[in-house]
Amino acid sequence: MRVHVDSSKCQGHNRCYALAPELFDVDDLGNAFELNDGIVPSGLEDKARLAVANCPEFAITIED
Amino acid sequence: MSETIYGPVTDWATDFDHGSPAYNNNIHQIWDDLKAAGCPIAHTERYGGVWLPLTHDLVKEIAYDPTRFSSLTPVVQQLKPSEALLEDPDALGAPIGPVPPISSDPPFHADARRLLLPAFSPKVIDPLRKEVEEICNKLIDDMGDVDAIDAAVQYTQHIPVLVVAQMVGLPLSDADRFRGWVDMVLGGIGAERSEERLAQFMAMDEYLTKHIEEHIANPQDDLTSYLLDAEIFGEKLSPRHVFGTILLLIIAGIDTTWSGIGSSLWHLASNPVDRRRLVENPGKIPMAVEEFLRAYAPVTMARMVTDDMEFHGVQMKKEDRVLLPFPAANRDENQFANPAVVDIEREENRHAAFGLGIHRCIGSNLARLEMNVAIEVFLKRFPDFELDTTEQVTWSTGQVRGPRNLPFKIKARG
Repeated sequence: MRVHVDSSKCQGHNRCYALAPELFDVDDLGNAFELNDGIVPSGLEDKARLAVANCPEFAITIED
Repeated sequence: MSETIYGPVTDWATDFDHGSPAYNNNIHQIWDDLKAAGCPIAHTERYGGVWLPLTHDLVKEIAYDPTRFSSLTPVVQQLKPSEALLEDPDALGAPIGPVPPISSDPPFHADARRLLLPAFSPKVIDPLRKEVEEICNKLIDDMGDVDAIDAAVQYTQHIPVLVVAQMVGLPLSDADRFRGWVDMVLGGIGAERSEERLAQFMAMDEYLTKHIEEHIANPQDDLTSYLLDAEIFGEKLSPRHVFGTILLLIIAGIDTTWSGIGSSLWHLASNPVDRRRLVENPGKIPMAVEEFLRAYAPVTMARMVTDDMEFHGVQMKKEDRVLLPFPAANRDENQFANPAVVDIEREENRHAAFGLGIHRCIGSNLARLEMNVAIEVFLKRFPDFELDTTEQVTWSTGQVRGPRNLPFKIKARG
């Protein structure tokens, strides 16, 4: 599984970083990006889905 | 509080008044009735003509379209922008607006916003947790050993004022004055434009001007001095820009979070099952806070129509204002399952309490921190409390909605 933050949609709500800091980080402006090329380590799939389900801008996608 | 100068509302679909106490007191019923009557966009001739879209799709479309919907007037009050400009010819017009960046449009907006973003990023805000905890604990200490409190007057209203005053470098002893001004600016939108109100505006103006002058003479390690030193397009910010931004931080940072904390505590006082769940499992507070933000989102923003146009079947005119009720979008059944049910463990929650698009609330990380800490500390110190039904819960008027009186009976202390 891989996650991806569309930086053109991210507005810095910071939900993904709060819910899954293992998968996402934020820059100095508070905009999010995926860690480790977006590869979701096994066991963290639910956290990835939770991040997607809580992004108000629909900026995060998952690829299986 | 009395009705606004416009008088009682006859029909919420064609004559609504968002500045009347009746609106905030019955807000969920009003939206439900409008939607049930097949009215996705309500209208009023009051305030010079205002539209009120109610669905998540419409709110999102408007928030994403700064070309047709300008941010110049985030608060819909009695004067249209062109009329307000006649009263104050020095006011900043589009694309900057009186309180940048919330009142700014692209392309200026992005640069004005970028100046502030680092100061409000999660990694800068999270370390403030300890300070907020101290503020909250001290407020509870100050209540003494009593069985009855007003949680709004004695707790929620103080927390954001003290945090913002510290960031901006204003004396904490003046906190009550800022709160009074904020209440006047946001809560009095429908009130008469009396001499007294104008005098209060002047007092606020003078106070902030003096504050900025003092920072020019003696720079401090705070946001005011940071802004005075900052540059945009290779030039220092104009004094009017700095003034507007400081005013924005005070106005936007106080009423809003105070309301968010208050609505959350009101819910917990009214729903003992949820309160017990959070007392037993404080780790669930962050998720509950998101649900409180969804169900009781405090802030409705506004836009101004830039040109005559048809929008989803209605004829909008240039300078009409459009309210952006993010709280109504948060209760849209096409976006949220069982939106009227407050489920503190709601897993899928793309709520828009902090807005959508380029104007996402810049203080959202701070607001979340304050809400989480305020609820955590309150539940720890008062694990059991309920509404005192002999007293009245009162709600604010205007575009920021939250309880202004929260009479609680304290039944246990931690």
